[in-house]
Amino acid sequence: MDDPLLVVEDLTVQFPTEDGVVTAVSNLSYQVELGKTLGIVGESGSGKSVSSMAVLGLHDARSARITGSIRVRGTEVVGMSEAKLRKLRGNEIAMIFQDALAALHPFYRVGGQLAEAYRVHHPSASKRDARRKAIEMLDRVGIPKPDRRVDDFPHQFSGGMRQRAMIAMGLINDPSLLIADEPTTALDVTVQAQILDLLQDLQREFNSAVIIITHDLGVIAEMADDVLVMYAGRAVEYGPCKEIMVHPEMPYTWGLLSSVPDVTSDTSARMIPIPGNPPSLLSPPTGCAFHPRCVHRDKVPGDLCSTTLPELIPGGRGPQHLKRCHLSNSDAIYEAEVLPEIAPDLVEEP
Amino acid sequence: MASMSPEQGSGDMAAYQATDTPEPESDVPSFADVAEHGHAASELDPDAEPVLTVENLRMYFPVRSPGLIRRKIGDVQAVDGISFEVPKGGSLGLVGESGCGKSTTGRLITRLYKPTGGSMQFEGVDLAKLSNRELKPLRRNVQMIFQDPYTSLNPRQTVGAIVSAPLQVHNILPRNQIKRRVQELLEVVGLSPEHYNRYPNEFSGGQRQRIGIARALTLNPKLLVADEPVSALDVSIQAQVINLLQDIQQEFGVAFLFIAHDLAVVRHFCPEVAVMYLGKIVEIGDRDSIYSNAHHPYTQALLSAVPDVKQAVTGERRERIRLTGDVPSPIDPPSGCRFRTRCPIAQEICARHEPPLLQIGKRHKVACHFPGRLGEHPREPFTARLLGVDAEGQPDPGSSPATDLVEQPGYADTWFDLDAKTIGRA
Amino acid sequence: MFAYLVKRVLSGIVVLFLVSLSIFLLFWFGPSEPAQSICDRETSNRCTPERLEVFRETLGFNNPWYQEYGTFIDGVFTGREIKFSKNTKVYDCEAPCLGISYRTKQDVFDEMKTRMPATLSVALGGATLYLLLGIPIGVAAAKRRGTLADKALVSSFLAISSIPYYLFALLAWLFVTINLQVPVISDTGYFPITDNPGKWASGMLLAWIALGIFGCTQYTRYSRGSMVEVLSEDYIRTAKAKGLPNRTVIYKHGLRSALVPVVTIFGIDFGTLLAGTIFTERIFDIEGIGLWGLEAVYQKDLPVVSATALFGAAILITSNLIVDVIYSVLDPRVRLS
Repeated sequence: MDDPLLVVEDLTVQFPTEDGVVTAVSNLSYQVELGKTLGIVGESGSGKSVSSMAVLGLHDARSARITGSIRVRGTEVVGMSEAKLRKLRGNEIAMIFQDALAALHPFYRVGGQLAEAYRVHHPSASKRDARRKAIEMLDRVGIPKPDRRVDDFPHQFSGGMRQRAMIAMGLINDPSLLIADEPTTALDVTVQAQILDLLQDLQREFNSAVIIITHDLGVIAEMADDVLVMYAGRAVEYGPCKEIMVHPEMPYTWGLLSSVPDVTSDTSARMIPIPGNPPSLLSPPTGCAFHPRCVHRDKVPGDLCSTTLPELIPGGRGPQHLKRCHLSNSDAIYEAEVLPEIAPDLVEEP
Repeated sequence: MASMSPEQGSGDMAAYQATDTPEPESDVPSFADVAEHGHAASELDPDAEPVLTVENLRMYFPVRSPGLIRRKIGDVQAVDGISFEVPKGGSLGLVGESGCGKSTTGRLITRLYKPTGGSMQFEGVDLAKLSNRELKPLRRNVQMIFQDPYTSLNPRQTVGAIVSAPLQVHNILPRNQIKRRVQELLEVVGLSPEHYNRYPNEFSGGQRQRIGIARALTLNPKLLVADEPVSALDVSIQAQVINLLQDIQQEFGVAFLFIAHDLAVVRHFCPEVAVMYLGKIVEIGDRDSIYSNAHHPYTQALLSAVPDVKQAVTGERRERIRLTGDVPSPIDPPSGCRFRTRCPIAQEICARHEPPLLQIGKRHKVACHFPGRLGEHPREPFTARLLGVDAEGQPDPGSSPATDLVEQPGYADTWFDLDAKTIGRA
Repeated sequence: MFAYLVKRVLSGIVVLFLVSLSIFLLFWFGPSEPAQSICDRETSNRCTPERLEVFRETLGFNNPWYQEYGTFIDGVFTGREIKFSKNTKVYDCEAPCLGISYRTKQDVFDEMKTRMPATLSVALGGATLYLLLGIPIGVAAAKRRGTLADKALVSSFLAISSIPYYLFALLAWLFVTINLQVPVISDTGYFPITDNPGKWASGMLLAWIALGIFGCTQYTRYSRGSMVEVLSEDYIRTAKAKGLPNRTVIYKHGLRSALVPVVTIFGIDFGTLLAGTIFTERIFDIEGIGLWGLEAVYQKDLPVVSATALFGAAILITSNLIVDVIYSVLDPRVRLS
């Protein structure tokens, strides 16, 4: 079998500040294959966006220290020259952002911004070709009357159309990897559904790899093949989507699942918050970074949680499903304790 | 008036109290503790009297022409004739997409705007008619919790000053008692009394939202308007704040008008829900009616669009109803039913007549010519006879239109039972 | 757009009217009487109460203020005749008549026209210089934010701009013309460009350099700050993620946005420059509007003072309008209405 399209190994991203070094991402490893979708889930400060920006080499070399390895089709990205990175960005790897109104330049026409993205990687293309391509892409993402809307400014588009235009811009050079950073967070729910459908259709059509970054487990559950759960800059759980959603093994993932209500479950389901606040990345807690907020710590003998960082290793559910937790029988604890509280309707009768 | 003492407030919330310093090891609760404090969905008290009765509320913002003489050329019909009740100590959820008028409604009830028309009865007084001066003594009864905990707190004021401001404005407590009262409130919302002299920037988003909640509670309001109170917060913090609001509701019996775009959060917090689209209520009812028995195609589309963890992984994914296009402009809304331009089942009558909000269950009303469960919408317009028109919406001389179709707040004792095709009775 | 311009011009005229009225009232009800100073000057400081009364009568100070203000406004549109004393000559002041200088007996509007080129030369040259220096330096500093070069630049420019401008200009003049006696630029002053462009330039050069360097420190700060803010915008990140070269990111996507606030400040600054730069004109001996206005204040020369104030207001109103138009060109979201 060929190497996966993207292999991230032992990635660490640090930002030296006046107060000390902020370690935004620590020893992160994951991979994505063509045609597959990886969902990265985590809260603000978990390092999910920072790690993806590193894949495009978007961090300023003066302010960020990046170690580890990021390989795209076998080519190392960490330490790559700016000129080579530019050939990669927007061409091999494209990125779309959360707030399309802020992410598109307010002063330039939508079509111009798309054409610019095309021409920078197709230097021989004429302005007219680039414009034609821009119209074609706007049409492809479902913008009505693309030959007219191409000359609109971003503020003349609705929120959903702006995100479509953003996607069109991302896909204009047929990238093999698309990174979508909270692509639907700013959108209304019916528009979100449209955009998620569109992303899935386009992925099938272009057979690209997709990384979708979000805090919304529902989006992950619908879109992703694999899931990476991040907390305080580290992967805490990683594996196939369905496996992780049904048999989560890390108490932080349990916490996320029990913090969100949904529109179908039994109304006797409890919403159980994770206590406390996310940790400071300047001085993260010792041991497992989640231990100060972990309500299952009493099940781990001694002070292992606060002294020793658990490794990201397979738990009890096969080699695909990795967790970073000292709990030894987490699947059983989840089934017996957590599930009855948060989803009584899903508990199977013995 | 309910008084809030620290004994009442703090104990319950200590379990998930947020502090900005790392908590000592022994303070981390066990799962059993935390689970006990987690709340199931709030329940409906069907006999509660309304604390707020809104009738035919309208808010039009004038649109002026550009140029020298700025003629009025139209209105943004942000809220266009809505009626509902909020029960004492209960909560009504207002859901809908951006631009549906739900936030404007919240601002009307707190009288940040003066409504163009309609009434808002609160304890026998019509809030819509009062002048600002007459309103002042009443303002303490209706308070607001804002969406963005970063911009809604003045960064140059201490927490103490922010939370005590309402007390000083309304001159309720002697000065020397204010500080103690504020510290009590801080404990109620799960902060520490020592936070009194700190500034908002020293707090995380969730803690700031707690400060905003403490400010809203200062005057013992009877009604809290919560406008997207958790949508700016991280997932794990959202649950903390929702639980806190449920605690407050149970302890102090305060009623909520809960405005949010997140259907799941509203389902959890509100036993009754109104769905808005372009300034109108399209469906209103108790939780089951809306979430398990929705009869309006817009409500059905909204629900089917929510990504759902459990359904996605168990594979029983519902087919999504794709709504095409965008919400039309509220300056020039579509004729007849405002949803018809995006509606999958719209017919001719929908362009000609606005569907009345009909009661179709004990606590369930819907505004649609073709009300029905998903996939079971009738072929013929249910409303045609009531409106005195034929199936295309053309006037039908042979029929006698019903006269009592005016939208009323609350529910009647009789309704149209669509399944049995009879009049249902309580 | 047209309706907007008409509206702005109309409101500008109202403002000018109010400015002229307030200056008029200030003099009329002010603590010192203009008639007194004219009387002193005309009679070589032998002003008796009788003589003063004559001046009051002929200059109209015995009439109600609104009647005299009406005469003034009338003169602006139709011109009028002005007499200082019974036996002196009658001055014919043509429309637009802003009066006759009490001191020089010149038609104020004519004198303003002759002094305008000097002030315009100072303003244009100085402003061009500080924009051409300040914006590129500011952008370069923003690109290297946080580096040693950036920090050194910011602190040295802060040091320069904390010297009061009059001191800075005076020192520059002393140093260049007295100490070093640099040829060519030492001979400051205004010489009409139509007579001798070379002499015009050399006479202005020192004033330009003083204004340019001083203004450049401020414009570096403005454009650096604005650029730093813009470079952290989401759309800059998007531009980078598209694979655009750094040059395009900074200049095409960054600079255009960064210029918006700079243009605003410049509009006001340039207006102030055009309305007369008292220090610059005084120190470098340039017979411009600023110097003229200053002397008129000393001499209680009401027509000149009100003319210079009106002129200043008119310039500010115009430059604000131009800024707004430039705004709408830079930013398509801004619609003038």
